[in-house]
Amino acid sequence: MAELRFTKDHEWIRVGDGDVYEIGISDYAQGQLGDVVFVELPEIGKKIAKGGQAAVVESVKAASDVYSPVAGEVVAINDALTGDPGLVNKEPTGAGWFFKLKTGDTAQFAELMDQGAYDAYVKGLG
Amino acid sequence: MSDDTPLKTTPLDALHRALGAKMVPFAGYAMPVQYPMGILNEHLHARAAAGLFDVSHMGQAILAGAEAAAALETMVPGDQLALKEGATRYTQLTNDEGGILDDLMATKRADGLYLVVNAACKDADFARIEAKIGARAPLRRLDDRALLALQGPQAAAVMARLAPDSVGQKFMTLREGTIGGIACLFTRSGYTGEDGYEISVPAAEAEKLAKLLLAEPEVKPIGLGARDSLRLEAGLCLYGHDIDTTTSPIEADLVWSISKRRRAEGGFPGAARVQRELAQGPARKRVGILPEGRAPAREGTEVVDAAGAKIGVVTSGGFGPTANGPICMGYVPAAFAAPGTPVGLVVRGKTLPAKIAGMPFVPHRYFRG
Repeated sequence: MAELRFTKDHEWIRVGDGDVYEIGISDYAQGQLGDVVFVELPEIGKKIAKGGQAAVVESVKAASDVYSPVAGEVVAINDALTGDPGLVNKEPTGAGWFFKLKTGDTAQFAELMDQGAYDAYVKGLG
Repeated sequence: MSDDTPLKTTPLDALHRALGAKMVPFAGYAMPVQYPMGILNEHLHARAAAGLFDVSHMGQAILAGAEAAAALETMVPGDQLALKEGATRYTQLTNDEGGILDDLMATKRADGLYLVVNAACKDADFARIEAKIGARAPLRRLDDRALLALQGPQAAAVMARLAPDSVGQKFMTLREGTIGGIACLFTRSGYTGEDGYEISVPAAEAEKLAKLLLAEPEVKPIGLGARDSLRLEAGLCLYGHDIDTTTSPIEADLVWSISKRRRAEGGFPGAARVQRELAQGPARKRVGILPEGRAPAREGTEVVDAAGAKIGVVTSGGFGPTANGPICMGYVPAAFAAPGTPVGLVVRGKTLPAKIAGMPFVPHRYFRG
């Protein structure tokens, strides 16, 4: 069953079967950023370290880095964001995904927050 | 200013919070950067209907007496003597090197000049004016007044409904009258490129006036975020970013704000530089820059030539919601200033193609009558 795990930097990763995982930014993150107007995605084939800079998201206000929740190789990017970056605001954990990462190291997921822990974390941010 | 200095608030502070604004520190004030509608939609609303902005942090003052215009001319390149009663003009306070200390609006009134200056500069501006002009034209700060801007193509219809005295008012003129029964001063002006008004109102009446305007179906509150993208699309300078003490009015492409008489006569601080640059052309110029892709280039982005050598810098840059793409302004050498000239913008280590562009990015729609 697919479920989301979160980082303290407000990225999510969809944990499920197989070894390819979708990554994006949380609903809280898109709300903080405001209207997203540009997304710079990584190149397919790029190997990214856990916590490594993977993408850039620009709102009307400012540019922010997006970090990879786990280490792995980029195997797909969401081209729809080039034409419609507002998908990040509309469906942050759905159509607004950023890229897909391939990794065999599922032990990495254990360090990430599940939805309940993340919601509590965000609540604590005020 | 140290970080523990408590932020000042405008008379609309409680209203902003009640409207759900996100408040941020700006020029020492707690100001609304956006409301729940969001910057993008606020921007589009101001271009389509009418937006209400709180600009009460800006400095208002009266420079009093018959000598006010002549006295202010010793500090600014703008033509104050030519102003007819009720006429508003844009000008700059300059330093002895011809740099810009602040930009401001001056309106001729029966009792002198009504000035509106930037929030971050107001204390320094007013101290400088008092030190230089003194008793010749006493400066009276209007700290007990708020300033609201109503901007957008439907602003005039809203004003016509609430302020009969506004009907027929021309761009860049001031009228005194009531809005919903509240005594105000309003100039037909603004900083969005749209038709609109800036309304000076006693602080005690400001919230009542704002609520009255917000009750009109066309009007929504707009924060500083959209104010910035609106003025950038309109090609208007933001002090401390696009103009400062190192940039002259000629470099900043503000020559239109200096009359023929003042160009010839000088008589303001830094006139020698301004006259030299008028005669020889400035070494660098403020220009519009249009990135060819979708990536915004922010303030501070390096501008490079075809060989990759740094030739200039972006002073304001971001996404233009109405332009529907990234837009910038910045300074480049005069040789690169012609619209259409290809340049590069270095964004996150990559050089992105861009072109010098004429401004405004979105046509002005001022009411010329």
